[in-house]
Amino acid sequence: MGIPAYWRTRTQRYALVGEVCHKCGAKIFPPRDVCPECTRPASDPFTFSGRGEVYSFSTIYQPPEGFEEFAPYTVALVKLEEGPLVTAQLTDVDPAEVHIGMPVEMVTRKLREEGEDGQIIYGYKFRPLLRNTLTPRPSGQAA
Amino acid sequence: MRDVSIIGFGQTPVGEHWELSLRHIAAQAVLAAMQDAGIDRADALYVGNMIASETSGQHHLGALVADFVGLRGIEAFRVEAACASGAAALRAGYLAVASGAADLVIVVGLEKMTDAIGNSITTALAEAADADYETPHGLSFVSINALLMRRYMYEFGVRHEDFAGFAITAHQNAVNNPYAMFRRPITKEEFVQARMIADPINLLDSSPVADGAAAVVLCPTDQARSFSEYPVHIRACEVGTDSLALHDRRDPLFLEAAYISVQKAYARAGVTPADIDLFELHDAFTIMAALSLEAAGFARRGEGVRLAMDGAIALNGRIPISTMGGLKGRGHPVGATGVYQVIEVAQQVTGRAGANQVPNARLGMAQNIGGSGATVITTILEA
Repeated sequence: MGIPAYWRTRTQRYALVGEVCHKCGAKIFPPRDVCPECTRPASDPFTFSGRGEVYSFSTIYQPPEGFEEFAPYTVALVKLEEGPLVTAQLTDVDPAEVHIGMPVEMVTRKLREEGEDGQIIYGYKFRPLLRNTLTPRPSGQAA
Repeated sequence: MRDVSIIGFGQTPVGEHWELSLRHIAAQAVLAAMQDAGIDRADALYVGNMIASETSGQHHLGALVADFVGLRGIEAFRVEAACASGAAALRAGYLAVASGAADLVIVVGLEKMTDAIGNSITTALAEAADADYETPHGLSFVSINALLMRRYMYEFGVRHEDFAGFAITAHQNAVNNPYAMFRRPITKEEFVQARMIADPINLLDSSPVADGAAAVVLCPTDQARSFSEYPVHIRACEVGTDSLALHDRRDPLFLEAAYISVQKAYARAGVTPADIDLFELHDAFTIMAALSLEAAGFARRGEGVRLAMDGAIALNGRIPISTMGGLKGRGHPVGATGVYQVIEVAQQVTGRAGANQVPNARLGMAQNIGGSGATVITTILEA
């Protein structure tokens, strides 16, 4: 991914901003401008709570270029509480403790560095939900 | 639409061809196919290829291959649909002949993966996935399939070792295929203990990176007998699509695009799953074999893996798969695979599959899957 592409997707990557369909109410992430449920235009921004649960996960031992320093690392499909699935890394967790259904929350972390002089890419990852310290937020507020 | 038949084919052995370049490997397959069909000309040539620009720094493959096989001047271009590029090129050739736009068409699936160094092949293969929302998070293509496999095991209560039959059958059948990469059997113990790539997918769940090229020649069915003793009628070649990313699918464990392409293919050919004598499915990973069997109507949801446990997929079973080794045993030169599959079905339905002949094979099906199921092309062939 090049610098312009990272810049274009910064809002959704930093804060899980997707869309809501004003026709059928579907919550959409990643944003796509056409509602996948009713195929109407959908461009009203919607900020997801960042809470969800692990739908599936995998620990990667043979990483793509640029992710070698992190291997092994665990990636997941996270089912957000508003409905959509999102693809992301898990963080702050022992891979052996990850299980399907595990409650998780979004955090912002470094995704990769593009060489010594290159950009540092930040984005969402998900960590186990910190039950004791979490203050409930109204749905739709930024995480 | 005119009926279309295959009147010749050629293939290079799948493997690591360090001595051959992209263009040489393509020429070997095309020239062998032209010789098999007894032709020295063609109206068009379509190249199925996924990642030559990353592995060989080469786009513009249509003109390159046409020139290199002595067909400079004809219509030629590349067709791309990730790992389904080979069958996508076949679809282009099929449409050209069926429409009457061309009478003699060459289709070649082509991939030269060993020219890529280090992890760059992992990166290149991941381009089949969503470049904005999957790969920036460090997902390899294997890990995307692993997400499917983990969820499948969870939802349907199966173990990793239950998938062993897919890999064991593929390797067993590859032993007798001179074009296969791995001509040796594997044991269940080896399967269980293989090195982990992306948990729960291990090395023996996975098809190998390889070089290969495979080509077929197409013409109208009513002219096929004048070219070949063994013409093979393309009863259907149909495409379905889905979202690139797993997270955009309604039910990631159901291959919607496979279902769409298979239903279209059954309808066009006027057949049902019960009529299919063998199925060359896209076993890039063992989980894909299970999901493909389900989407094609050979097993109910969650029960595809059972066919690997009860012998149904063996050469003499209810629905033989990977009869010449599949992607696992023959090897998976990504953009070439779809054409290898079609050649293997053609061999079966004309009774030329040698030691791996499926008894009384009349109607065979091939299914080529691009990405984690975003493009699926199903072809039904009959002698």
